Amino acid sequence: MKDSPIVFGLYVPPHPHPLLAPEKNEGWGKLRQAFDTARKRIEESDADIILIYSTTWPSVIGHQIQARSNPEWVHVDDDFHYLGSMPYKFEMDSDFSHQYHENCGKRGLNSRTIDYDGFPIDTGSVVALSLLNPDNRLPACIVSSNVYANRAESIVLGKAARDTLEQQGKKAIVVVVSSLSNRMFTDYIKPEDDRIHSAKDQEWNQKIMQFFQEGRLEDLSQLSREIHNQIRVQKVVAYKPIWWMAATMGQNNNYQGEVLAYASLHGSGGAVIQLTPTTGSIGDKEFDEDDIEFYTGDRHVLDNG
Amino acid sequence: MGEIVAGCLAPHPPHVVYADNPEQNEPNSEGGWETLRWGYAKLARKLKTLDYDAIVIFTPHWQTYVGTHFLGLPHFKSKSVDPVFPNLFRFNYDLNIDVELSKSMHEAAKDAGMVTMMMENPDFRIDYGTIVSAHMINPEWNKPIIPISSNRNSHYYSVEVMNEQARALGKACRKAILESDKRVVLISSHSLSHRHFTVESELPEDMSKQHIYNHSNYVWDMKLIDLMRQGKMDEVINLMPEFTEQTIAETDSGSLTWMMEAMGMPDYPAEIYGYQSVIGTGNVIASWDPNPDTREVVL
Repeated sequence: MKDSPIVFGLYVPPHPHPLLAPEKNEGWGKLRQAFDTARKRIEESDADIILIYSTTWPSVIGHQIQARSNPEWVHVDDDFHYLGSMPYKFEMDSDFSHQYHENCGKRGLNSRTIDYDGFPIDTGSVVALSLLNPDNRLPACIVSSNVYANRAESIVLGKAARDTLEQQGKKAIVVVVSSLSNRMFTDYIKPEDDRIHSAKDQEWNQKIMQFFQEGRLEDLSQLSREIHNQIRVQKVVAYKPIWWMAATMGQNNNYQGEVLAYASLHGSGGAVIQLTPTTGSIGDKEFDEDDIEFYTGDRHVLDNG
Repeated sequence: MGEIVAGCLAPHPPHVVYADNPEQNEPNSEGGWETLRWGYAKLARKLKTLDYDAIVIFTPHWQTYVGTHFLGLPHFKSKSVDPVFPNLFRFNYDLNIDVELSKSMHEAAKDAGMVTMMMENPDFRIDYGTIVSAHMINPEWNKPIIPISSNRNSHYYSVEVMNEQARALGKACRKAILESDKRVVLISSHSLSHRHFTVESELPEDMSKQHIYNHSNYVWDMKLIDLMRQGKMDEVINLMPEFTEQTIAETDSGSLTWMMEAMGMPDYPAEIYGYQSVIGTGNVIASWDPNPDTREVVL
């Protein structure tokens, strides 16, 4: 796919265990190895930027886009603080971030860029960038997940990202930071006792990974609401990352999929998955949700009732 | 023997600190949200008249999914930046923790069968909810604080489960406080209705743009405040599941339930210090004074 602005996409887990404690559990170690494999593939690619959508960066005022050139801090996870600290110094593509913000506006989305000393970059983004881009070989851009956003906003947000890549002539590694099933154990467990929280979560994770392996990203996007109802803790209104990823990567099923690793992270489903654009296609689902190009906001149903 | 000398419902929109322009906060404002800030000032004056040793804060913005966490180091100094409103809140803090009481509450909760942990990583950053509430009731920062994380039972199970877990935690904390020699103020740090607007005015403190998100949330907020005035906190806690779900309330953290249980479920009127909307959310400042001699009708 030489004309695609997407070199490949990655779906990676947000929890810090592969970064801070890969030796404590075989599965955490496999996830770490998969991160390392992905890092090497990024280094060998001709990508210009790493573009991240993180489910552990919630926002309220539209979507926020990290634009600080060299954010630097020492991050500690709210839950897993006992695993250690995560010092970081990243390099952001500020030009990309600002144009991404402008393109959000052109598609009707409210967004803003973030450029503040000490801004708390979220655990998922810190883990992903620390493992995938440890030497800041490529500049990055991180976009938040708005807690109130649903399908239309998430898809348009992805399209605005793609607009920006095309306008700037840049090739991207698209990274979604998200668990598959996201229910963790609510008690402490020994690392060796880690497992997927339930058989149901395990079955759904396997089904999702089958779709990924077959390159059926748009099919997964169409299944997003069902996945949310089945295996996502109802922290937010929808399972949004797959909508953003599909929209950014081109809304099709034309990918070569590869699950590099899959393991539990305190009960949640952690997977490192690569999707590379190809010319082949698979999928027999009827796409029954409308596409959207421009976000027009609330319909004010209550006011008109 | 220890004592709980007051419990305060102290909402933490960073806007009130931003509007107050304390030297610790980097952004500057032209003011705003005076109803809340003046209410906070009056509450802070009252608390100065009470004899107490520490402030215990249950915060919705230290969100833990694996149990309830307590801070276990005596001193924290850093900068807290609100991830949602970084344009308003970048606060340089330098604060002390009452580790002894923090550990006692942790042990009491653990003994009661709850999942707990002490947080002892020196790089840990204090959340903005804790700092906003603590700053507004005690701008001098001359008392140690004890932040308690919010275990997200509402997300993982239901608001009903949250209510039960928070009550159990409240009982455990009450036991630890009474068995200590400390006099403490409890803080429940949150809004009532909690639906935000997703756009912000060009000037955030433009008060001509501030109003509640919808009338339904307003009516629910007033219903709870009316019950608080009547001293019917048992009814408030029983209404919590419906209120929380109807108004996307920040009571989903368990904070108010925890405080009411720790205070023995007050049946006397709350002191109401002010109610105001901040970017769509409903915020009331209220206090429960167990001493009838000092209890006031404020508003």
